[in-house]
Amino acid sequence: MLRLVVDLNRCQGYAQCAFLAPDVFAMHGDEGLLYDPQAEAAQRERVAQAAAACPVQAILVEDAEASDA
Amino acid sequence: MPESELESLKSRGRIVVVGASLAGLRAAETLREKGFKGTLTMIGDEPYEPYDRPPLSKQVLLGMARAEDTALPRRRDIEAEWRLGVPASGLDMAGRRVKLADGDEVPYDRLLIATGVRARPWPNEAEGELDGVFVLRTRADGAGLARRLEAGPRRVLVIGAGFTGSEIASACRERGLEVTVAERADAPLVGALGGVVGAVAAEMHREHGVDLRTGVMVTRLEGDAGGRVRAAHLSDGAVVECDVVVVCLGAQRNTEWLAGSGLGAGPRGIACDAGCRAFGITGIVTDDIYVAGDVARSPHPLFGYQFLSLEHWGNAVSQAETAAHNMLSDSAGRRPHIWVPAFWSSQFGVNIKSVGVPTMGTEIMITQGSPAERRFAGVYGYQGRIIGAVTFDNARWLDFYQRQIEATAPFPPEFSNVDRRPEGGRPVPADFPDPSVPTHGPTVTLSGYSPADRRMTFTPARN
Repeated sequence: MLRLVVDLNRCQGYAQCAFLAPDVFAMHGDEGLLYDPQAEAAQRERVAQAAAACPVQAILVEDAEASDA
Repeated sequence: MPESELESLKSRGRIVVVGASLAGLRAAETLREKGFKGTLTMIGDEPYEPYDRPPLSKQVLLGMARAEDTALPRRRDIEAEWRLGVPASGLDMAGRRVKLADGDEVPYDRLLIATGVRARPWPNEAEGELDGVFVLRTRADGAGLARRLEAGPRRVLVIGAGFTGSEIASACRERGLEVTVAERADAPLVGALGGVVGAVAAEMHREHGVDLRTGVMVTRLEGDAGGRVRAAHLSDGAVVECDVVVVCLGAQRNTEWLAGSGLGAGPRGIACDAGCRAFGITGIVTDDIYVAGDVARSPHPLFGYQFLSLEHWGNAVSQAETAAHNMLSDSAGRRPHIWVPAFWSSQFGVNIKSVGVPTMGTEIMITQGSPAERRFAGVYGYQGRIIGAVTFDNARWLDFYQRQIEATAPFPPEFSNVDRRPEGGRPVPADFPDPSVPTHGPTVTLSGYSPADRRMTFTPARN
């Protein structure tokens, strides 16, 4: 299971994440972003790509299985 | 050479964080990142590990995510001892101990207070306890409200058209639910963005089918025989039949537990210096108690050194990082919290963002785009300089305006050739309501210069 948060002060609606991981990130209107704060482990690769591709580096992801809670 | 106090703090000191939400978590991570190896205790009144609140009024109400699934991702392991589900109930500054509601006491060498705010409840307690009446601040609030919206109520009444109330109304309409919004002021969002922008927000509500009632107060909530809310009575005599009511009247700071402690804490928050160190009521800054997040109020050099209270996600993160850094630094190594206020809201399909302190603005000028198209940028002016900016679906310009604010650029702005639209080009009054007539609270509040102010004071700067 993945936990994620997007710094929406930073987000400028480039929508790279919504292309790369459409089951987790979705544009809402022209530049608003909605995301699932807890994504399935099966999305790991796509979410990692989305976080890496974000032009303003606004996405923080944690692989919760590996954490101390 | 003997070990310095700072070195011993870093290697085996005790740091206690009261408030286990965004600010508390980011501070804890920063402490570990900066090499703090002592014991770290996280105290939180809610039984959950730190979670993110913004999704509660957006994804969660739209049914796209569960309130239970909002736990914040960690930047790193923090190896903390968690005391969750037990609120702090007192502070012994001389004895350096936090008292907990279960009678326990936790000693500290450094304390960070990040107890945040809570939703202002409906003033009539019996009415507020009717089934179907909600506030929205916590994970539990979000889960309860989402469940009730899922069940398909006949009509939702939102009391207060600030950001939270407007986002809830937007989510209801997106789900096809009938919604009435009752706002004391003349338009939504006026407390935060003024009447010019508020008028645009009002149009957005109505275009999306919200039954928006402005200039009214809800005087009474009425329940049926089973204790379920069935109607609301408004000050203009109207009666709104509704089976869900969401009270969105702003927030109250969680400072009651500090009463009598000697800290400069009151309804406006806890006063701290620009380095996040808490003031005592003596006006003397403490060495070992720090404050971060929604509960803090601290002086900002860009805004006249008035104490600013900021209920902003980004402020919580930035102030927590600064507080943690300063907790582990000597006086020469400390740095000020000079984050420029910024926030966002998503409603009716429009991305609203702001930087600076719009509420200080006496005038606003639309500099780009067009309010009629719901895509524009506006700047707020105060004493001949740019003090704040707002964008509707124009977020990529916000950094530009932030630099203008940081540079105290002149207002009206001189970049007249950026965009030319009929609505723009000249400043008009920003039209903030008289702050002595409180409506939903703005999320940026100027609260004077006194670190020991225990009263709730409003300072009408205009009108």
